[in-house]
Amino acid sequence: MLERVQSQSDRTMIEIRDVTRSYGSFKALDNASLAIREGEFFSLLGPSGCGKTTLLRMIAGFDTPTSGSIAVDGQPMDGIPANRRPTNMVFQSYAIFPHLDVEQNVAYGLKRLRLGAGEEKRRVEEALAQVSLIGLGKRHATELSGGQRQRVALARALVMRPKVLLLDEPLSALDKKLREQMQVELRRLQQAVGITFVLVTHDQYEALAMSDRIAVMFGGRIAQVASPKEIYQRPVNRQVADFLGGMNFVKAEIVEENGASLLLDTLGFGRVRTDKPRAFVRNGGAATLGIRPERLRVLWDNTTAKFEVAGKVVERHYFGEITHLIVEIPGLEKPLSVTETNDFGADDIPVGAPIRLAYDPEALVAMAD
Amino acid sequence: MTAIRRFLPGWLSSYAVLYLLFLYLPVIFLPIFSINTAATPKFPLSGVTLHWYEDLPRTPALIDATWNSLIVGVSASILSTVLGILAARSITRYRYPGRRAINGLIMAPLVLPEVIVAISMLLVMLQLGLSLSLFTVVLGHVLVCIPYSMTVLTSGFEGFDRSLEEASADLGESAFGTFRRVTLPMVAPAIISSLLVCFTISLDEFIIAFFLTGTEATLPIYIWGQLRFAAKLPGVLALGTLLLLASFVLMTIAEILRRRAARRTHNEGGLYA
Repeated sequence: MLERVQSQSDRTMIEIRDVTRSYGSFKALDNASLAIREGEFFSLLGPSGCGKTTLLRMIAGFDTPTSGSIAVDGQPMDGIPANRRPTNMVFQSYAIFPHLDVEQNVAYGLKRLRLGAGEEKRRVEEALAQVSLIGLGKRHATELSGGQRQRVALARALVMRPKVLLLDEPLSALDKKLREQMQVELRRLQQAVGITFVLVTHDQYEALAMSDRIAVMFGGRIAQVASPKEIYQRPVNRQVADFLGGMNFVKAEIVEENGASLLLDTLGFGRVRTDKPRAFVRNGGAATLGIRPERLRVLWDNTTAKFEVAGKVVERHYFGEITHLIVEIPGLEKPLSVTETNDFGADDIPVGAPIRLAYDPEALVAMAD
Repeated sequence: MTAIRRFLPGWLSSYAVLYLLFLYLPVIFLPIFSINTAATPKFPLSGVTLHWYEDLPRTPALIDATWNSLIVGVSASILSTVLGILAARSITRYRYPGRRAINGLIMAPLVLPEVIVAISMLLVMLQLGLSLSLFTVVLGHVLVCIPYSMTVLTSGFEGFDRSLEEASADLGESAFGTFRRVTLPMVAPAIISSLLVCFTISLDEFIIAFFLTGTEATLPIYIWGQLRFAAKLPGVLALGTLLLLASFVLMTIAEILRRRAARRTHNEGGLYA
């Protein structure tokens, strides 16, 4: 977590201003504005069709905004084709040239720079070393595993020393274990080279694990831009909260609103005071209160907590290291989801048993309805 | 039922053998009689000789016909492959109204009666005031070659991962450079395969050449002319054997290349590797 701060500056590397991309009457991207900082690992996160790939392709130069403008490193990109942009891309399919070997693939873009054989070879080897592919230079694309192809695609882009590296769902074709390993490696690589990375993904854990900041997108619009922690803990609305893992939603009534906080009346949790989210816009007297399932803790036997709710276990699901409980609370229209580690025997709690749950009021997040 | 089941495998295999005999028996007679010492194609063979083959290069009319066939074959294969590349790329790459209809119309000469096509082409050529020559034969052959060229090329172009061209542009290459360094090498086997297929078809084609040629004969026309003389038959058989062999070799190479091209474009996107 400490190293995350190092390589970034406050300089804007990519400036997206009021960008809209329409196909007929359909808007793939609707008036999006965004500033991505130099040296930042930035993720565009959202379900398929949310416009994240469209935005990435417009930064790369494969698509053109219907209106609005994109600037990279202060240079407006209007009318500049993909081959003259200071960006390079790792494609979802990797797009490894099948008629060339690994070295030739990596050297592909360097050929035009006419660096001389020695310098070219040195840079290819450096790039192959960065992605741990030393010794595989003479392999053909057919002789590579999925993970290796991805490394070749990375090396081929990094060797160009771009100002921005664009990654289009680069891990989606890999199996779970390799994907998790590559998440760590990608993050490490980005720290090492200090280049601005823009990642497109629909996998919330991937975005949370790798990014400095995340833009969550729905239906062509950017819903929230913030750090992974803020996105997860302080989602601006139910849609964002829901997309980033489980969230219990409780109906609430606004009793009092001032600059920094909200006083809410709820059925199950009583009267609670919470921070007012930055983007909170009041919509009548109703609001929604959210709490993540892992922020509800089971209270054993005679322990008590300052803030607790009582109910009855109606379902229990075992997931190895954790147990997922569904708890009915009198007054709540929907039962609460609770995840509890199995260290203290949560997996043995009988269905139908009475249960008390502790929570930290800090973990309660208010969302506009 | 059990009886049928017991006899069926036997029947099916004899049917298959008969079927293949029917297809290839006449073809097998060609090389056999071409090495017969007697001029009449009759069993038993009177003796074995390569005399008829040795005579071939000593026939000036045959040499002329061979040259004519080569000129027509090379021109027709290049022309129809160039046109085929344009059409195949358009049909595999873009979606537009009438795409299927256009594809169907391009493939139609495959099933049209050749003699009708030949006659209508003859009428058109004469209307246009073209004098009949090898050039008109080339035009006719282009028409019949394009469907074959299209078949080979579309199977090579189809599934060409478009992101390969985007990756090339992304790495700084111009549109022309991308075509030269990525597109062309990727589809080269399909193009060569198309050239070979078209050349082979043009080499063997008789009806259209017969209608559209002037005084110059191509090989099939020469052969047809020789058939009037019984004594020339073994020479024709020898020539036919050589043509058959050439066609077989060319088509085999073409098919190997077509498969290689299809493998390249289809399986190496890497998405699920």
